[in-house]
Amino acid sequence: MTTAAAPFVPGRGRTLRSALRRVAESAVTPLELDDVLDVFHPLRAGAELRGRIVQVLPETPESATIVLKPGRAWAGHVPGQYVRVGVDVEGVRLWRTYSLTHGPRPDGCISITVKAIPDGVVSNHLVHRARAGQMLQLAQAEGEFVLPQPVPGKLLLVTGGSGITPVIGMLRNLHSKAVAPTTDIVLVHVNASESAAIFRAELRALHAAGRIRLVERFDDTHGVLDVALLAELVPDLDERLTYACGPAGLLDALEQHHADRGLDLTTERFRPVLVAPADGEAGGTVTLTGPTGGGTTIEADGTTPILDAAEQAGVLMPSGCRMGICMGCVLPMRAGAVRDLRNGALTVAVPGETGPQGVPIQTCISAAAGACSIDH
Amino acid sequence: MTTITRKPENPIAHLSPEDIEEIGAELDAIRQEVLDSRGERDAAYIRRMVTIQRRLELASRATLLASVFPPAWVAGTVGLSVAKILENMEIGHNVMHGQWDWMRDPKIHSTTWEWDNASTAEGWKHSHNEVHHTYTNIVGKDNDLGYGIMRVDEDQRWHPMYLGQPLWNFINACFFEYGIAAYDLELGKNLSMPKEKRSETFKRNAKNTLRKIRKQATKDYVVNPALALPTGAFLPTLAANFTANLVRNLWSHSVIMCGHFPEGVETFEKKSIPENETRGEWYVRQMLGSANISGSKLMHLMTGNLSHQIEHHLFPDLPSNRYAEVAPRVKALFAKHGLNYHEAPLPQQVASAWHKVVRLSLPNGWLETTTPANAPQQLALLWTMATGDRRTRRAAQARLEQLARRQRTEVAAAA
Repeated sequence: MTTAAAPFVPGRGRTLRSALRRVAESAVTPLELDDVLDVFHPLRAGAELRGRIVQVLPETPESATIVLKPGRAWAGHVPGQYVRVGVDVEGVRLWRTYSLTHGPRPDGCISITVKAIPDGVVSNHLVHRARAGQMLQLAQAEGEFVLPQPVPGKLLLVTGGSGITPVIGMLRNLHSKAVAPTTDIVLVHVNASESAAIFRAELRALHAAGRIRLVERFDDTHGVLDVALLAELVPDLDERLTYACGPAGLLDALEQHHADRGLDLTTERFRPVLVAPADGEAGGTVTLTGPTGGGTTIEADGTTPILDAAEQAGVLMPSGCRMGICMGCVLPMRAGAVRDLRNGALTVAVPGETGPQGVPIQTCISAAAGACSIDH
Repeated sequence: MTTITRKPENPIAHLSPEDIEEIGAELDAIRQEVLDSRGERDAAYIRRMVTIQRRLELASRATLLASVFPPAWVAGTVGLSVAKILENMEIGHNVMHGQWDWMRDPKIHSTTWEWDNASTAEGWKHSHNEVHHTYTNIVGKDNDLGYGIMRVDEDQRWHPMYLGQPLWNFINACFFEYGIAAYDLELGKNLSMPKEKRSETFKRNAKNTLRKIRKQATKDYVVNPALALPTGAFLPTLAANFTANLVRNLWSHSVIMCGHFPEGVETFEKKSIPENETRGEWYVRQMLGSANISGSKLMHLMTGNLSHQIEHHLFPDLPSNRYAEVAPRVKALFAKHGLNYHEAPLPQQVASAWHKVVRLSLPNGWLETTTPANAPQQLALLWTMATGDRRTRRAAQARLEQLARRQRTEVAAAA
């Protein structure tokens, strides 16, 4: 039961409060007071950050917007930022990042829009199985992909697929104000097909109302967008500040294109899954970060437990039964892949996706299945 | 119980090395099936259990605020006892085994869980998960066998001090949580060595355990009774907490005795365990060294599913709610390979375990050869053995064994 202690601020009220808290803590030990309060009010101030699903709104057959009531600890966000979300899929907590698709809302809710990608465990769960009332774990909003203040006079927004999600947040925020913004916005929205385009109706309505100029491109009718055509689609391209979000191919091409023309470009990349587990008995490099390991790197094969490999390299490792029973050797893996030597099951840790503490692994029955970084 | 290798009939003599490896493969397959189907249902189970336990504990403690009224005292004490049992057995013990680590929920994880018990989670994980589960029932290696203070095997030489063992066992049962804490620390061994020779690890663990005991005692015997002061229920609340701890201790001690101590559960000699014990051999040792308690769903829940001790020892890291599910298949495997699946209702297992405690507190063969008719002579013999020197004891022991042998021959002849 680990919870970060609330910062102690001297002062009378605080002292009385912290004294009362100490009494309450001593009445419920070994639990922490927060563990007890969580049973009754998981969204209270001071609780670990969570959110309750208020609504699941289908956007396209393969995407949905999840509206969440965040806990009182939610510190707010700027449109364009993303949030890390911990979702229990088949009982296992998995973390992903999603863009926030609204500006600050009067009802205090936040929303993310998720596109189910093929084989995407979390995205498919959120789009197809999430229901109102369920709880998700949250982290505070992060990200630099936000519009400068004041908002420049002319903007070009380029989005591909679910790359629209941070941008819709910006647009909704700008256009929810009582006074319409004076910014002249062109949105080039690229999708595989018309039916896959998220927020189609809403964007077209903004276009019809003259609030933005929407340029829609569908790969199946127009062919994959060639960025060289951008100057044709947006004649005053050079006068505009460009923000782009989408697949790596589009962003790479756009960066090249803008660099050639000497234009500024701000991009947001959705992190690709970088871990490519090695096949069979290939093994990999194990890096022990942290005070004990001190950055030691070990070339471990795919059949030797990481515990043995690290000990052979002279690292003092926690250990116990050495047969996968006692949990005495568990260490957090921050990144990488390991294979369970008992049944070949693969465990993968991706920074930003598998929880802030990494994935705890039993080093005595896990062998490297690719490069991995373990905190020890 | 004589260790398996010294018995006239070895219960695994009929198994070839290939049979043993086949058993291992079959058990691995059962384990894998559970792993493959582990998911939302299991996660919901443990979360619900944790919520129920916390609500029950809070409700019971709230009821105890009014425990000057006897009905409130009874309800609060019963509730608190059940809450403590659930916390220790179905939740704490199993979470600390890592049965729920796969959920990746830092709140329900073997590395972060601390339980409502005098022993620290860290100490328990070492002595229980590591030592007991790895060296199950190996005499001299597995301290769960008598916790280092009892005679648990015929091969241990009898000494008069063992006459007190039923009493110690009862006292240990009443204060079981402290007994566990002491044995996690290997307190006896450490206290008997000079202070300066004790390891740093021991000193650190001892400090942590004392801090844990202080916090636990402050909660149960100071803070919660003090909260009931306004209603004048300080003493009743204190008594309720004491009773709940006592009930939890007696219950968990009984369940744990049933797991490995009833008559008929095998023990093993240290030297009979091969240097590189295979997974199949380890499985077989777990199969023979554990006993189940049969009973209702409620019984299984209240024992933390340690009523499925055999299944738990085969698969200590599978979620406890799945033991009942795999039990019939494990039982069938025992039958297929001609092994004894040791299972009986709780009263029977408790009685059997206590019978063994009493039997082994006496010299080998004494209980067996005593009848109402020869009781006076037998008591005189026991008196001689208890007060005499080692030579007297050895001579008396030889006579006892001769008597036992003769009796067995007579019984055989009569049949």
